[in-house]
Amino acid sequence: MGGLTVNTKLLRQILVGFVRDEVYKVGVRKGVLGLSGGIDSALVAYIAAEALGPENVHAYCMPYRTSNPESEAHARLVAESLGINFKVIEITPMIDAYFSQTPDADNMRRGNKMARERMTILYDHSAAVGGLVLGTSNKTELLLGYGTLHGDMASALNPIGDIYKSQVWALSEAMGVPSEVIEKKPSADLWAGQTDEQELGFTYREADELLYRMVDQRMSREELIAAGFDAAFIDNVARKVQGSHFKRRLPIIAKVSNRTIDRDFRYARDWGK
Amino acid sequence: MDFTVALAQIKPKLGCLDDNMALAEAAIEKGIAAGADLVVFPELALTGYFLKDLVPEVALRLDSPQIERLKKLSERISIAIGFVEVSADFRFFNSAVYLEDGEIRHVHRKVYLPTYGLFDEQRYMARGERFRAFDTRFGRIGMLICEDMWHLSAPYILAMDGAMTLICLSSSPGRGVTESEGLGSAAAWQKLTTTTAMFLNCRVFYCNRVGYEDGINFWGGSEAISPSGEMTDRGAILEEDFVLAKVDGGALRRERIFSPMMRDENLAITVKELKRIDREKDC
Repeated sequence: MGGLTVNTKLLRQILVGFVRDEVYKVGVRKGVLGLSGGIDSALVAYIAAEALGPENVHAYCMPYRTSNPESEAHARLVAESLGINFKVIEITPMIDAYFSQTPDADNMRRGNKMARERMTILYDHSAAVGGLVLGTSNKTELLLGYGTLHGDMASALNPIGDIYKSQVWALSEAMGVPSEVIEKKPSADLWAGQTDEQELGFTYREADELLYRMVDQRMSREELIAAGFDAAFIDNVARKVQGSHFKRRLPIIAKVSNRTIDRDFRYARDWGK
Repeated sequence: MDFTVALAQIKPKLGCLDDNMALAEAAIEKGIAAGADLVVFPELALTGYFLKDLVPEVALRLDSPQIERLKKLSERISIAIGFVEVSADFRFFNSAVYLEDGEIRHVHRKVYLPTYGLFDEQRYMARGERFRAFDTRFGRIGMLICEDMWHLSAPYILAMDGAMTLICLSSSPGRGVTESEGLGSAAAWQKLTTTTAMFLNCRVFYCNRVGYEDGINFWGGSEAISPSGEMTDRGAILEEDFVLAKVDGGALRRERIFSPMMRDENLAITVKELKRIDREKDC
């Protein structure tokens, strides 16, 4: 589909420039990220290494005891092929200590806790090495709300948040991300055999085709049906987008003064930079 | 007359007047050293673009020390530069000032303040009320600020007011990465600058900034366009640059002999029909 096909050379230039400019203007030279072994964080590592130099990128692989060992191997492969700093930090002790108090917690609670544990580790290392945390959520996940608020969705800067999963695949190929990382099934790797697409109930390619028309082109429901999309699929995706909108916004504040943060106290984050 | 125009494709810092003044002064000195006669800066060069509530804090009066310093520099080179202007009655304008021979020759206040998509200018700034051409040592010039150029009437009015050179100061955000060679916004602008020049037999000097503000990139690609609509010089895309364009003074005369559309343009018909349309709109 025309709209999802991107000029990867230009996209790369913009995203690399973005990381360099937005990191340097804060007064630091380094970037910190979680490297899961999946494609999104691999791509961000490639962008960051090009923007900041591999020596200034600090990647952390943070497996839990149920994580697929292949994930760590893939994370290591990415780090080694780029020459970035790499460290494995097991989160099993912290997670197990916490859930020993509530052993009945379900997979969702466990998965969210793991994502937030990783977030606290990244922010701690952000302070330790003096670098900004780079986000690794793509536009498809952000729109579907397929991520943990204050967990994997937390970052200082996100270079890939405006590109769909299909575009992540294309750019990853263009930037030389190892093919085993590109070709494997996307997975949050919370339990053995889990895949995103199985959990979502549709493929990323299907979602991207729809989201591109719905969000970027603002096509109406009637137009989408006429374009061949199934009504139930459209409604399912539209519900996910609306239902997860809270995750994409700052907490709302009860207004009482004349100047409320973000409402009528408005400054760019790059204020003075 | 032949002359050299410098397009200072700078990367202003958001809300930092002193830093941006230093950037501007350095670019002006560079232009003087390179033998340029005119240096053009982007829209809001002295302040950065996504100012929001910073607008009142970075606004300058026309008699401010900063404008005085630029006036002094204009004894050595003509200058067109964008900034936030505050009027005596505390309205804030997205303005461009043209300085020459130590004097302010013209101030243009942006008329079309975009407030759609990623833009929100009208919320923070007051709207300019006029398009006027003015005399300079390079002949009559008209200035436009970014969105102004997207309104066909704006360059038309300036050309009918005798402008033979159009200067467009811009802070155009880059967007629209598709399978095409360039950015969607760059391709659209490139069509616009060349077509405007061709329609009005005017030179166009377009200066666009670079850098990122809150993740939004500005794509640069500043250009000099000949009166026949040919792009003669173009700055780097997405990177700082300093374009020195040699302007062939005779090209304007030759183009106006070759395609005398502006000579034949009928102002009376245009005015008559526009008045009729305006009258009928109320019915």
